[in-house]
This record gives sequence, structure tokens and C-alpha cells, in this order.
Amino acid sequence: MSALLPLAQLEIRSRRGGTCESEDGFCPDWIADNLDRYVSPLLEHVVLTVASVGIGFAIAFALALLAHRREWVSAPVGALTSVLFTIPSVAAFLLLVPLTGLGVLTAIIALVAYTQVFLFRNIVNGLSNVAEETKDAARGMGLTDRQVLWRVELPLAVPEILAGVRIATVTTVNLATLAFFAGAGGLGAQIYTDITFRSNVVVAGGLAILLAAAFDLMVLGGQRLATPWRRATAA
Amino acid sequence: MGQSRDLHIFDDAAGRAYPREVTAPQTSPNSEAVRPRPQAATLEFRSATKRYPGQEDAAVDGLSLTVPAGEICVLVGPSGCGKTTAMRMVNRMIEITEGDILLDDRSVRDRAPAELRREIGYAIQQIGLFPHLTVAANVAVVPRLLGWDRDRIEARVRELLELVSLEEGTAERYPAQLSGGQRQRVGVARALAADPPLMLMDEPFGAIDPINRERLQNEFLRLQAEIRKTVVFVTHDIDEAIKMGDRIAVLRAGGRLAQYASPAELLMYPADEFVEDFVGADRALKRLALQRVRDIDLWSAATVRSGEPVDEARRKIAEADIDMPVLVDDHGRPQGWLSERGFAGERVRPELRSRAEPLVELDDVLRDALADLIESEVHYSPVVDSGGRLAGVLSLEVISQTLHVPPERARTGPQLVDPAPGEDDAVSAEVEPA
Repeated sequence: MSALLPLAQLEIRSRRGGTCESEDGFCPDWIADNLDRYVSPLLEHVVLTVASVGIGFAIAFALALLAHRREWVSAPVGALTSVLFTIPSVAAFLLLVPLTGLGVLTAIIALVAYTQVFLFRNIVNGLSNVAEETKDAARGMGLTDRQVLWRVELPLAVPEILAGVRIATVTTVNLATLAFFAGAGGLGAQIYTDITFRSNVVVAGGLAILLAAAFDLMVLGGQRLATPWRRATAA
Repeated sequence: MGQSRDLHIFDDAAGRAYPREVTAPQTSPNSEAVRPRPQAATLEFRSATKRYPGQEDAAVDGLSLTVPAGEICVLVGPSGCGKTTAMRMVNRMIEITEGDILLDDRSVRDRAPAELRREIGYAIQQIGLFPHLTVAANVAVVPRLLGWDRDRIEARVRELLELVSLEEGTAERYPAQLSGGQRQRVGVARALAADPPLMLMDEPFGAIDPINRERLQNEFLRLQAEIRKTVVFVTHDIDEAIKMGDRIAVLRAGGRLAQYASPAELLMYPADEFVEDFVGADRALKRLALQRVRDIDLWSAATVRSGEPVDEARRKIAEADIDMPVLVDDHGRPQGWLSERGFAGERVRPELRSRAEPLVELDDVLRDALADLIESEVHYSPVVDSGGRLAGVLSLEVISQTLHVPPERARTGPQLVDPAPGEDDAVSAEVEPA
């Protein structure tokens, strides 16, 4: 079973000669019969992505608010997120295994680290791009700093923040295909079970692409709902 | 003729197109019910000073002046004179380093900044509308902070949009969907939302094209006649200052007060060379914008009706200031200048030398009346009252006499600044009663 040997190549098809499967081809019939194999890896992938982006967002948000208040925090934290992102992903997964063991936790730690470069930067930029006169008017009308942040700056930063979430999500879906190196399963593990079988690679890879697109559209839809004012142009 | 008059009233650039005592425009009974009673505060700067650390010169240096409740005080001066800094010290957007600012005898330094600012209307040049909120929500910001209930906020928003002449459909639109002039109106409405006793306005019409700026200025003056807020208005434009201000504080570099006076006082008796330069070489002409035809001594002319005995007419001509009789109809409305040929018989015949053009109205601003004379290439013209009856004759000579500055009041030296209480007569004569 593939679950027992996550890193080993494993045959998932019949080897009888002369068939589409035996020739590693793209076999619609086989795909139709074997779709259920992909449900569980897909769900694992969804969980990895949602958990990583969610936790990553919480961390990046807290750091960005800190950087917004204290200017000097911004540069070093920003640099750190860049450095994290340069670590090769396979290396990150493998390096973490001795510390946190094989499993979902290890994968999520690495994936969260990779989201920071997009999330932290976009939240910080979104907040600092709010026009000075808008903030001045807000303060001048008697909003406290906290009210300025939550009622003016954050709502206006939503487009940039969600743009960061979109990139982070798509990137995480992509990187999570390597999460099986940390023993976290996912669609990558499914690809690796039979990497020479075209049908398998196409279905598992295709699902990863569809998943990324679906997440992207969801966030985009959320953004449009959350920012009706952005579509309002001069009549 | 009547039509062009109406246009003049609206087009009036620097004059107070709307007399200060105009009655409130009709609003719906509903909005009358929710309108809080107009209130205004007295604002006093007491040697207010702002010094930035590490800078030798103060940004605002010992500024002392009092703005009476319900008046517009314009802070004017060249860039870098500290006028905006002075304004922002009032709502503690900038902290005072020395001295004090009192709002209704209470120091602003004793107030929590956010709470203080909610009581002070704030409108800035860039307007700073919140792009993510509808017009209605923008206007409702301060009422919401103050915890008003929904119905009260809704009624107030509707009332304010009406007050600043925005159509009802505007309420649900976003700032990006508005023209510059509309945004500016929303900015003013938002600043007025909680009916603050004091308004701070930093070049509120600065980013608007000249035609719309003029319209907004006139609208604001009309609005102010109704709401009578105390207003601190910052501008670098002396013409705007003269037009908008009940009192004008001219600041010079280093944030020092050069003169604090009414517009007329400022133009007639600039305190020193700096003020004189700043108000401009044409200050005599600028004063024309401050007066109406009814404010000056017109010439009298004989009014003669067709069919009147010639002897009677000649007697009236002898008594008048000028020997040119005006032919009037049965209602006293001038028809034209009567020609000598009209006196040929026993009774006056309607023989006109020229028609009664241009026709100046008593409520016209002197500057516009002068422009009419020049355009029509005449030296004098009949003046009529609101009923169209002859009220006198305006001439270039009368206007130039009006501009003459009595020598005893002329500048005695650069030390003439703040008008002392006893000297205040000239101020209140020009500024209509609050």
C-alpha cells in the first residue's frame, strides 16, 4: 500500500501487456474507474493548503500590524520572509523531519514559512498605501488610532491583502505537492506512487491545478464582494 | 435685463453674492424637526506657539487672536507662514508647545484629542473622503462615533446632503463616482455632520477649478449665513480671504501675525509693507468687491414723467445733483435720459437722448456695477431699487470718491496691528452683524 511506503514508487495498475495501462498511456476508462483513489489525497491537499494559508495569514497579520506601528520592524521582518522563501522546498521538508517528525505538522510549518513573503509584504504595503489625506481626515474627525486602523486602513488595504492571499494560496497548492517528503500525503504523494503512468500523473497534477484555480477564484470572488467600492467608477 | 441681473448675482466673484442675512432656504418639514439648534463657539489663540525640535524658528510664533462666535476667520499668508500649522493646533492634530488655545474659554489641551476633534468640523484640501464608504456613510462617520441612533443619522445625512445641494441619489454612491465639486460638497457635509460649533477648513476649495470654486465659495457663504458656525479658514489666496473672511489674519514667515482685521480694514489700512504687498497693488479695486451700490452716496437726478408741465420739470432739475433728467413711467421706472427736445412745448414729451442703460441695482456689488459702466462706455447710469424704481445715479466719480481713504485713518506706521476695541467701528461697519 502506498501509505506504508510514501517515498517508494508503487504500481497502481495492471501490467498485462497490450493494454493502455501497460503502455503508460492516457486511459480515460482507467481514470473513470479509479477516480476514488484521488479523493483522499485531494482532501489532504486542501487541508494542507487551508491550514498553511490560514495560520500563515494570522502570523503575517500580527507581524504586519506590529510593523505598521513600529516602522523599524518592517525591514528586518521583510528580509527574513525573503530569506525563508529562498530555502529549497524539498530541503525544507527534509530538514524539518528530524525536528518535528514525519507528518502534516512538519509540512504545515514549512508551508507557513513560505506564505510569509507574500502575506507580510502585501499587508504592510496595503496599509502603507492608504492615502495620507484619508488618514489625516480620519484622525481629524476624531477616530482613535485603533479606529483608523480597523475602519479605514484595513478596509482600504483589502485589495492588496487579498492579492497577497491569492498568490500565497496558489503557491502553497503548488508547494504542497512536495509535502509528501515530510510524510504529509497530498496530491504529490499520489503522483509519486506511479510517476511513469501518464493517466495517474495527469489526473493528480490536473487536480492540483484545478484546486489552485478554484482557491484563486474563491478569494477573488470574496474580494469583489468585500470591496464593492472598487468597481464604482465615474458614471 | 432682469435675466442678466440674476446671472450677475451668481457670477459675482469676490463680492458677497449672498447677503449675510439671507433667510434659510426652504427645507422639508421633516428636516426642520431634526435640525439641532445652530451653535457656535468662541475661539481664542493665546500666544499659541509651535516649535519643532531642532528648528531655530518657530512654525507659529506667539499667535494671539480671538474669533468671535459665528464668524469666519481666514488665516492667509505665503507658503510656509504657518497658517495650516496654526489651524491644526486647534484640534490638536499638531500639539501646541507654548501658549494656549481656548474653545469657549476651555483649553484644548485639557481635552482628549479624539473627543475634541469630534466636536470640531474638519475639511481639508484633498478632502480625504473614505473611498470604501458611500457618500452617506462618509457623512455619517462622526455621528456614528458619537453613538447616534440609526434614524437620527439617516435623517441628518439626508438633511446635510440637501443643505450642500447634492441630489438624493448621491447618498448611495462612492466617492470615485463623484465630480470634484460634488466631493468637496460631501467633504463640507461630513465636516458639518455632528453640528460642530467650530469648523476648520484648510484650503477647502483649493483643488477645484476656478468656476466651480467660485460657486462653492458662494454656496458656503450662503450656508454660513444659515448655520453661523465659527470657522477657521486657511488659504494662500488673498482674494479668497477677502471674499470669505469676516476677519482676516495675515501671517508672515515664521508664523508671526502681521495684521488681524476685517477685509475692508485690511485693504484700506494695511499695517505694514508686507501686508500691503500681500494684499496687492490693486487693493483699492478689491475694496469694490466689498461694497454694494446701496452702501454709497448716489447722485440724485430729476425724475420726470411724460406730460408733466415743463416748468415743474425744470424746477426738479435745478434741485438735483445732476442736470440730466430721467424719464420715468407711472411706476417710477426709468425709461431713459430725457433730451432737451422734450422740453420744447408746455408739457414734457418723451424725447429720449439715450435709453436707461446699463441699469444698476442697489444690491449690485460695486465692482460689478463699475464693470457695467465700463462695458457700456458710459460715465454714469441710473440705479434702481428692487421694485425697479429709480433710486439715484451711479457715476465713475461717485465710485472713485468712495474709494478715497480718509487721511486721518491712513496708515501711521507699521505698528498698527490688531484693531483695538475702540477702533473696531470700521470693522463692524463692513462686516454685517453676526
